[in-house]
Amino acid sequence: MLEIEIDGKKLTAPQGSTVMEAAHSIGTYIPHFCYHKKLSIAANCRMCLVEVEKAPKPLPACATPVTDGMKIHTHSDLAKKAQAGVMEFLLINHPLDCPICDQGGECQLQDIAVGYGNGASRYQEEKRAVPGKDMGPLVSAEEMSRCIHCTRCVRFTEEIGGFQEIGMAHRGEFSEILPFLGKTVNSEISGNVIDLCPVGALTSKPYRYSTRAWELSRRKSVSPHDGLGANLIVQVKHNEVMRVLPLENEEINECWLADRDRFSYQGLNSDARLKTPKIKFDGRWHDTDWETALAYVVKGLNGVSADHGKDAIGFLTSPHSTTEELYLAQKLARAFGINNIDYRSARSDFRADAAKQGAEWLGSSIVELAAAKSVLVIGSSLRSEQPLLASRIRQASKKGMALNIIHVADDELLMNVHAKLIASPLALVNAVAQVLKAVVAIKGGDSTLDLAQVDVSAQAQAIADSLCAGETARIVLGAVAQHHPAYSELLALTQEIARISGAGFGVLSEAANSVGAELVGAWAQGGMSAGEMIASPRKAYVLLNTEPEFDGYNSAASVAAMKQAATVIALTAYQSEGLLDYADVLLPIAPFSETAGSFINMEGRLQAFNGVTKPQGEARPAWKVLRVLGNMLSLDGFGFNSAEEVRSELLAKGDIAQRLNNSLSSIAANTAAKAGVVRVGEVPVYSTDAICRHAPALQATALAAAPVARIAADVFAAAGLAEGELALVKQGGATLRVPAHLDASLPAGVVRLAVARAETAMLGGMFDTIEIERG
Amino acid sequence: MLSAESLASIDREVAKYPADQKRSAVMAALRIALTERREQGQTPEARCLTPEVIEYVANYLEIAPVAAYEVATFYNMYDMKPVGKYKITVCTNLPCALSGGVSAAKYLSEKLGIAIGETTADGKYTLLEGECMGACGDAPVLLVNNHKMCSHMSPAAIDQKLAELE
Repeated sequence: MLEIEIDGKKLTAPQGSTVMEAAHSIGTYIPHFCYHKKLSIAANCRMCLVEVEKAPKPLPACATPVTDGMKIHTHSDLAKKAQAGVMEFLLINHPLDCPICDQGGECQLQDIAVGYGNGASRYQEEKRAVPGKDMGPLVSAEEMSRCIHCTRCVRFTEEIGGFQEIGMAHRGEFSEILPFLGKTVNSEISGNVIDLCPVGALTSKPYRYSTRAWELSRRKSVSPHDGLGANLIVQVKHNEVMRVLPLENEEINECWLADRDRFSYQGLNSDARLKTPKIKFDGRWHDTDWETALAYVVKGLNGVSADHGKDAIGFLTSPHSTTEELYLAQKLARAFGINNIDYRSARSDFRADAAKQGAEWLGSSIVELAAAKSVLVIGSSLRSEQPLLASRIRQASKKGMALNIIHVADDELLMNVHAKLIASPLALVNAVAQVLKAVVAIKGGDSTLDLAQVDVSAQAQAIADSLCAGETARIVLGAVAQHHPAYSELLALTQEIARISGAGFGVLSEAANSVGAELVGAWAQGGMSAGEMIASPRKAYVLLNTEPEFDGYNSAASVAAMKQAATVIALTAYQSEGLLDYADVLLPIAPFSETAGSFINMEGRLQAFNGVTKPQGEARPAWKVLRVLGNMLSLDGFGFNSAEEVRSELLAKGDIAQRLNNSLSSIAANTAAKAGVVRVGEVPVYSTDAICRHAPALQATALAAAPVARIAADVFAAAGLAEGELALVKQGGATLRVPAHLDASLPAGVVRLAVARAETAMLGGMFDTIEIERG
Repeated sequence: MLSAESLASIDREVAKYPADQKRSAVMAALRIALTERREQGQTPEARCLTPEVIEYVANYLEIAPVAAYEVATFYNMYDMKPVGKYKITVCTNLPCALSGGVSAAKYLSEKLGIAIGETTADGKYTLLEGECMGACGDAPVLLVNNHKMCSHMSPAAIDQKLAELE
């Protein structure tokens, strides 16, 4: 540690730290624009000039390493004069359009100009003008004259996003920040450049010109999308969510937000929101009041259970619902005598249910996962499933983590990958078994699974070597693995690899509250799983925050099951086309922003939040709806007065950490690889839940473009297709014409075609066989 | 997009740097690409670096297209605008100007019938002003197509040079 002095205050700072870091450690503020703690040092704005004794001229605090005995003055005459001089230069070309600038009121340039600049400028000449740029539907770069060339956005895309999408072209006075000509910024975490921009050059396109920063109230919340549980600041005006910003939490989202977390709020204000209860009779929808609608639901449930038995009713819930909602839904179902409840609509393999010993989770904290020396990710399109976790793993892979991948497509992860094994979904179990066999060979243990027929490939060997060599190794299963028809086998093999190699293992929870749904028992447990409820259709369905055509493993079968049911009761925040078609009652419930509740993220962390606005129209928090339904069905134990009471009841079942367990009590796996043409149907990044499906800006991005069939070379050639022409896709009796694209990143026998999109909703299962021919 | 010879030259430049630092060769690769286009191009538009060429070079070096674009726009010897078959760059910095650089530029401008920064209608010559070429003692100096340096460019020498370029 080095002894230094800042403004007369003595302190110690570690070797290699900078003056800026040392100053921040004692709470001394040094003005800056280009410096950011998560980005590399550029030292190009020169705002952080400070006086260092014995140095001949002011030095930039962000780029000056501390040395022993250094005496720094941040407010001496020399430092102040330097700062005022830099400020004057920065303002030379900066337009004086603060009154019409979106950044006005929360602008670092404004604040620092007031704090450190002179009252007036001596500059009389013309200011330069820079044409606006098109960075896509999320980030507005219309007023690039405001740019002060700090290059934070450039460094963000390169260092955090993994691919430099923004650059600074030209030189000197002609410098311009721009994306490559004709391209937009397509990163899944691009919105962070809006926060990073210290001026009003990069602003939020959906939020632009809607309010002033000081008119907004800041309320804390938690992102309802992926399993990370990013902490949010939701900003509200007149009971409307105007924008979402990150709430810094180093252990979860650091200071970032994925675009899905940041821009999905538009869905909360969508016209498609359901604002009154609706009942369908005489083939038409009628608005009604809550009493009538709930009485109708009670009558429906009692009617079906009297005519066909309780088992004829199925509850499909969503892992994007709050813990309290899921707890009450399963409590209501079970108290009424229905055990058919499941949150896992997107899954297809439930064979491991009997062997479950606890709630599935990541198996470690997020920080521990990123700190592991070796990580194996099985079946995950990381960047679309977990955008921010992918960014954290990217940073870790730069710092020496050996990242290994087993996946169904050779996706561009924009990070350092140590070894990867790409296999068709039909060979995915075999691929994981190869790693197990190699691990057994290295560690000498004995697996209870039959591996005699498995041939270890060089890639599997490299993965096994990495897992066994790392001091700390972790294996995680992504959404592709969880939706896979052999998930139980993938889990079993993973458990064996972990047991023999000494690695930890877990799943990348795909939704904000997957772990919560597991913990409260909103999965089969004595009843039918989601898959069984679709395969052998029920007479009545209760849907909580679920749209089966988008959320189901097999959308065609899910819709067919809904259509044949005598009654479908939907608790939903949106009136979607599907629900209007097959449902009989729509009960408007509040999304996460309008209800108190909690999410339990992938690491088992319970994060409670309060509603940030009042529910829209007649919508009510789902926990209240379920409470009233419980009372109307004369069930005991539904006398809750608040979401907190529900939470304390569900938490009284035991400590969360004690109840998390990925291990299965018995395991089995058929390790033979099969041949055939199979679909890889993934949920696109902005189709994961109803909120982002209704967010227009997200839906306008390149990542949400209309689905196309990406086809492996062998299938492409066999079908005689030409690049870009329409292909006829057949699955489960349904056909679809989509543009075909040859994709060299796919293993043989694979057709990649997204699910959870209206365009493909008539097709069948995510990883089922598929036929393709010239169309 | 680039010929086999150009790609071989780029490979030679790439080999000068560690295997994981191919981006270090970006300046050389852009220079090679520009040289090929100048030699092969039949129109002013085909002789300069276009976004497509820059993207091709960037992909070849496995760097982001915008990173190559930053380099191409930073240095003014990379021609980003249509350019004549012969690009003549006259130094008009102070030492050259004192020794006739400005009048050489003026002579060229009158002789070719174009202002500085323009290209002749037949697409043959482009006249530019340049910064110091490090040969002030030989002033006036000019560069032909970035690579050929011509010293002591009196009006007579300019006439002779233009005749050579026919």
